[in-house]
Amino acid sequence: MSDEDEVITEAHGAGSGQMRKLIEELAVSRFENGNAETDVPLEALDDGSVHRLANGGESVVVTTDSHVVTPLFFRGGDIGRLAVAGTVNDLAMMGATEPVALTCSLIVESGTPVKTVERVMDSMRETSVEAGAPITTGDTKVMGSGEIDTLAINTTGVGIVPQGRHVPDAGLSPGDKLIVTGTVGDHGISLLSEREGFDFEGDLESDVAPVNDLVAAAMDAGEITAMKDPTRGGLATSLNEMASKSGVGLEIDERSIPVSGAVASAGEVLGIEPLNVANEGKVVMGVEREDAEAVLEAIRTHPKGKDAAIVGEAVDEHAGRVILDTGFGNRYLTEPEGEQLPRIC
Amino acid sequence: MAVESGEPDLQFRDPEKAEQLTDKLEALMDDIDGRVTIMHVCGSHEQAIAKYGLRSLLPDGLTIRMGPGCPVCVTDMPEVDEAVELAEDGKIVATYGDMLRVPGTEKSLDDAKADGADVRVVYSASEAAEIAEEEDREVVFFATGFETTAAPTAAVLTADPPENFSILSAHKYVPPAMEVVAELPDTDVDGFLAAGHAATITGYGLFEEFVEDYEVPTVVGGFEPIDILFGLAQLLEFIRDDEPGLANAYQRCVTEAGNVPAKEAMWDVFETTTGEWRGIAEIPDANLVLREEYKQYDARERFDIDVDTTSSNPLTEECLCGDIMAGKADPDECELFGEECTPQDPVGACMVSSEGPCKIWLEYGGQPDI
Repeated sequence: MSDEDEVITEAHGAGSGQMRKLIEELAVSRFENGNAETDVPLEALDDGSVHRLANGGESVVVTTDSHVVTPLFFRGGDIGRLAVAGTVNDLAMMGATEPVALTCSLIVESGTPVKTVERVMDSMRETSVEAGAPITTGDTKVMGSGEIDTLAINTTGVGIVPQGRHVPDAGLSPGDKLIVTGTVGDHGISLLSEREGFDFEGDLESDVAPVNDLVAAAMDAGEITAMKDPTRGGLATSLNEMASKSGVGLEIDERSIPVSGAVASAGEVLGIEPLNVANEGKVVMGVEREDAEAVLEAIRTHPKGKDAAIVGEAVDEHAGRVILDTGFGNRYLTEPEGEQLPRIC
Repeated sequence: MAVESGEPDLQFRDPEKAEQLTDKLEALMDDIDGRVTIMHVCGSHEQAIAKYGLRSLLPDGLTIRMGPGCPVCVTDMPEVDEAVELAEDGKIVATYGDMLRVPGTEKSLDDAKADGADVRVVYSASEAAEIAEEEDREVVFFATGFETTAAPTAAVLTADPPENFSILSAHKYVPPAMEVVAELPDTDVDGFLAAGHAATITGYGLFEEFVEDYEVPTVVGGFEPIDILFGLAQLLEFIRDDEPGLANAYQRCVTEAGNVPAKEAMWDVFETTTGEWRGIAEIPDANLVLREEYKQYDARERFDIDVDTTSSNPLTEECLCGDIMAGKADPDECELFGEECTPQDPVGACMVSSEGPCKIWLEYGGQPDI
């Protein structure tokens, strides 16, 4: 039950503790939690749900994501690419690397130039071809001027995974190595600096991309025990979620986390931690210790994974918490609270 | 973090140098053979200490605490109320982003903005003056911060800003606050790590009188991990030798005299007055107000601001912000910490700013027990 005066705030959408609490209170407590054939139900709060099919051999993975972003077109991508990549990646995070189909549901503000929508749709097509994820059904709504900010896109994805081969985000065991597939913070830092009107020199741009092919290569190379794509809330949030859901502690070496020079510098200027902001083309995965080097090698030989690194491992101690070795001393790595605002003084 | 390109060799983030310095701290603490408490007076110091986990490197018996070093945190509630009232009265209020969520008696500027007031985030006083150039309405710059931001505010006022521009000064001046903390009966400080960036303006020579009067060793320190460890080592040397000395451990930025033109501009425009530092005390000569010659830019003169300076939010009675900034308590000793008081819904200003000790402790999770 909620207070009469309680309202939704932007912090509820920022992707960490407040958001989980809201989802639990609003959705998990109300909706059916699947049935006997459901391997990953709603209450798991994973990237998608997983259901065994009657054929005995396969499970279907379902995921959905709504996309809003300011500006619609940003350095390195646009809302169309984001909408396809986001859902393809959520399927891949469950182990479903060959999407069966995507939906595209558009909500457009009256007065939006058709050219703008065309550009977005072209980008969706290109990205869906890149990901091998056909868009096969959809819906369009138009709202009055001012009732929505230009454009929002919902995409739903359906994928298939061999039964029992889905990858949860809660599967870490002590000893597992943690791999990050590339530089972190690019999307969040690039968008924040663009919004704040900073024009940093260098190659600051969003990393938005479908990574299902990269994940497939990793899964072929070894045993992946857990996966997340560190979108909202960044790597810090993903690591904390994986630690607490898996009931293990994580020990992370900060110096081994790949961060581009441009992102590190811009992050310092803005007062924003690259570990706390969104990535749209990266994965953090737990890998069985003996497979770690082989999986890393497979990821690094893939064009989207050349900067991949082993960043730490799961341990028995301090379950549910992430310890960061800064190279100087140790501290906890915590989830960022609320939206990230540039620091000023 | 592994940085791949674009950043020069960060010699002030060299873990090997850090190890040499921590060995030195160990040896000095062995010589001293007792407990030592160092106070720093700067949110940026606290942030670097927390971010790099430096407390986990310190030898047993050496404690670092944060003093009144967050300008956002010591901005008094009625000062926020004044800014809120001006915003609700139709003025454009421009201020630093950190100030948005600082709670006033009833509302923060963020709340006023949500209710329709025109509140804008700026990165500098000059950006606020630029807004005034473009707008016909009155633009009030809610001017907060220590010497580092007071000097730029002064520079804008001496450069003949637009007529529709004024400032609401909540600028504070650090040295008198250090004196008050040094005098507090239950604050036990063996040495001060003074804030390097404020000293770039004032110069380290400013602290000579303080060291003489209070006989507490003081070292001006920078903000990289190596700067901080180096500053601590210098302080421990003074303490071991029982010498109330003054040293500059931030020589690449700070000189004895400081930035003379900036200082001159600041004292041309501002004078000190007694004022409340939120939660700490009423401190003589620690608030900066406009001099007579610049009163035409004083929002308090230009507008009729009616703010009740006595009321207080009931929860703020439980807030330990004042004790924390006086070096008497750690953030996690506060019952509200992380529960009723979070960065999203702060009770005390220490939870608002990235320079605030409570927000820093929450953000960086404190020191693991490993």
